[in-house]
Amino acid sequence: MFKYLKQLTSLVAMVAVLFTFTTETMAAKKSKTLKNTQKKGFVRCGVSQGLPGFSNADAAGNWSGVDVDVCRAVAAAVLGDASKVKYTPLSAKERFEALKSNEIDVLSRNTTWTATRDAKIGLTFVGVNFYDGQGFMVRKNSGINSVNDFKAGVSACTNLGTTTELNMRDFFNSKGVSYEPVTFEKADEVVAAYDAGRCDTYTTDKSGLAAQRIKLSNPDDHVVLPETISKEPLGPVVRQGDAVWEDIVRWSLNVMIEAEEYGITSGNADSMKTSDNPAVKRLVGTEGELGAALGLDQEWSYRIITQVGNYGESYKRNIADTGILPDRGPNELWTKGGILYVPPAR
Amino acid sequence: MNIKKLLPQLLTLLVLILIFGFFSYNAQLNMENRGLEFGFDFLKYEASFDIQFSLIEYDGSHSYFRAYLVGLLNTILVSVIGIIFATILGIVVGVARLSKNFLIERTAAIYVEFFRNIPLLLQIFFWYFAALRALPLPENAEPILGVSFLTIKGFFVPSLIWNNLDIFIYSIIAAIISIFFVKMYARKKQDNQGIQTPVLKISIGLSIFLPLLSFILGGVDASVELPVIKQLSQSSFTYEGGIKLPPELIALALALSLYTATFIAENVRAGVQGVGKGQKEAAASIGLTPNQILKLVVMPQALRIIIPPTTNQYLNLTKNSSLAAAIAYPDLVLIFAGTALMQTGSAIEIVSITMLTYLTLSITISILMNWYNNKIAIREK
Repeated sequence: MFKYLKQLTSLVAMVAVLFTFTTETMAAKKSKTLKNTQKKGFVRCGVSQGLPGFSNADAAGNWSGVDVDVCRAVAAAVLGDASKVKYTPLSAKERFEALKSNEIDVLSRNTTWTATRDAKIGLTFVGVNFYDGQGFMVRKNSGINSVNDFKAGVSACTNLGTTTELNMRDFFNSKGVSYEPVTFEKADEVVAAYDAGRCDTYTTDKSGLAAQRIKLSNPDDHVVLPETISKEPLGPVVRQGDAVWEDIVRWSLNVMIEAEEYGITSGNADSMKTSDNPAVKRLVGTEGELGAALGLDQEWSYRIITQVGNYGESYKRNIADTGILPDRGPNELWTKGGILYVPPAR
Repeated sequence: MNIKKLLPQLLTLLVLILIFGFFSYNAQLNMENRGLEFGFDFLKYEASFDIQFSLIEYDGSHSYFRAYLVGLLNTILVSVIGIIFATILGIVVGVARLSKNFLIERTAAIYVEFFRNIPLLLQIFFWYFAALRALPLPENAEPILGVSFLTIKGFFVPSLIWNNLDIFIYSIIAAIISIFFVKMYARKKQDNQGIQTPVLKISIGLSIFLPLLSFILGGVDASVELPVIKQLSQSSFTYEGGIKLPPELIALALALSLYTATFIAENVRAGVQGVGKGQKEAAASIGLTPNQILKLVVMPQALRIIIPPTTNQYLNLTKNSSLAAAIAYPDLVLIFAGTALMQTGSAIEIVSITMLTYLTLSITISILMNWYNNKIAIREK
């Protein structure tokens, strides 16, 4: 009898263990980053050292920009409060090391998604929050109207450790034009050197050119050339090896874009709760189980929309209204002629 | 007894190995977790980025190793230029500090106090951004000596195009060797017969005569290539031909020299003041001229005080040159620990190589300076 009892208990124990494994695949348990973030009470976010429209601090130290809004969305989803973010300004050179060495949990810093970075550096890109391309800025009185007007010996200022450095070489080589690359670690120094006349052209992502142009002593004396010489999809990055955290950041961004698609804004999210459309109901948290799958509660996406707003609101607030790039170009929804298209949040 | 002495040493060694082992194990574990691979294969891959200033032939199609060499040579170049200028300026200012002329002494003192008390990075920024803005654009530059142009885009100087350069170099080597023999002969003559030989005059003669001979007999020929202005667009110009020294190099070398010279000047002052007054008086009393006193009595003793701290300054200057990254001078840190690190993502490998390289540079300078220090040390007979 005892013999059977023993077998029975071990069977019960085994079933119990199996049960725990199957039902308690709670994302929260698996994600170290999520657990640490909830324990600390803030999201550690790596941003730029100051790029208007993307991540820029005002005189009081308040950060704003479309990249900053991704961090705020994650904080709203995970901690319930979009303001619970600790920002770390990083140079292009420092950014990946900071993420790899666990100093930040999200890198949202106008970073181009490339195969090498995704595969080799031990990081994962979770999506695209801005479709950009590399361009050139020149002085208006130079008479240069196109990238084909550059002559051998042209000097080009840019940031070091960026895809810009590589694209620049590909571009000038394909044109057969010899050039002088002058690369600085910080964007402010690039601007200062270009402004002083050290370089004939300043090259970086076009959004960056538009934003940095404001910092020049006479912005009106400079013009961005029409050509785009590369694809620069910019997006948030996380460490490899924490799939749940990766999903949280990815879907925080996707929710913002999808909310715009369904016309949900920070202003009307409450009234949308009674909508008949299941897709809308999922986004405002009255239907679906997506939150639980991510280790979050039901209202996570609702908080993103009410506290941060949808992608369109974020773009308007940070990039359009500040006069950096009033035209959304490719960063318009796919339904309105742009290329913003995200998988459905369901 | 021996074991008693040995044991603490062994324990220390063991602890060191354990600490090092812990860190490398930790790094290995973390890299494995993130799916990173450790290895130096990337050095062979194509770098695919360009560098604005290089002493050897380089473009983006060369390997990362070649890019490393470019950075290393640029670091050595700016360090050597900095050391030479800092030494010359340091000696001049150090001697000026000892001058009996009030104005000269005060000017030197103000210079020393001003430059050694401002952080070096600020001085580099000042020379690059403030001084750079003051330089003219290429089209407005006034020629210096009729052939060189100092502009915001760099210092354009003529270059020499040589025929039979090797013969010219041999003639210089021959001159150096013959000067060495003349010196030996002069010393022997002084020791044996007490007669002095005008070594300096002979040396100058030799170093002019032998290279001249190579021009006349050896078929050595040099033509000058002048920088010529070139229009890039309606409003921008540059120079073509000749040699171009980038403004980043000039600003960095200037800042490093001016900063380090202040410390060397103080070393020189300490060295000269460290020689006892009695030494000079004794030398004067046996009839040596003031020049001879300086050369034969004061300097040999002062140098023993000056050299060891000056070695430190040379090491500092070399390491400080890594601040180049702030102003786009393509040194080892900017190219290798900057761009190459970013493009490959091999952070641990690249930072280790960079650290080892600086260590090697520093040890080389130390060995050279220690050798010189031993050579001038007083040998008791």
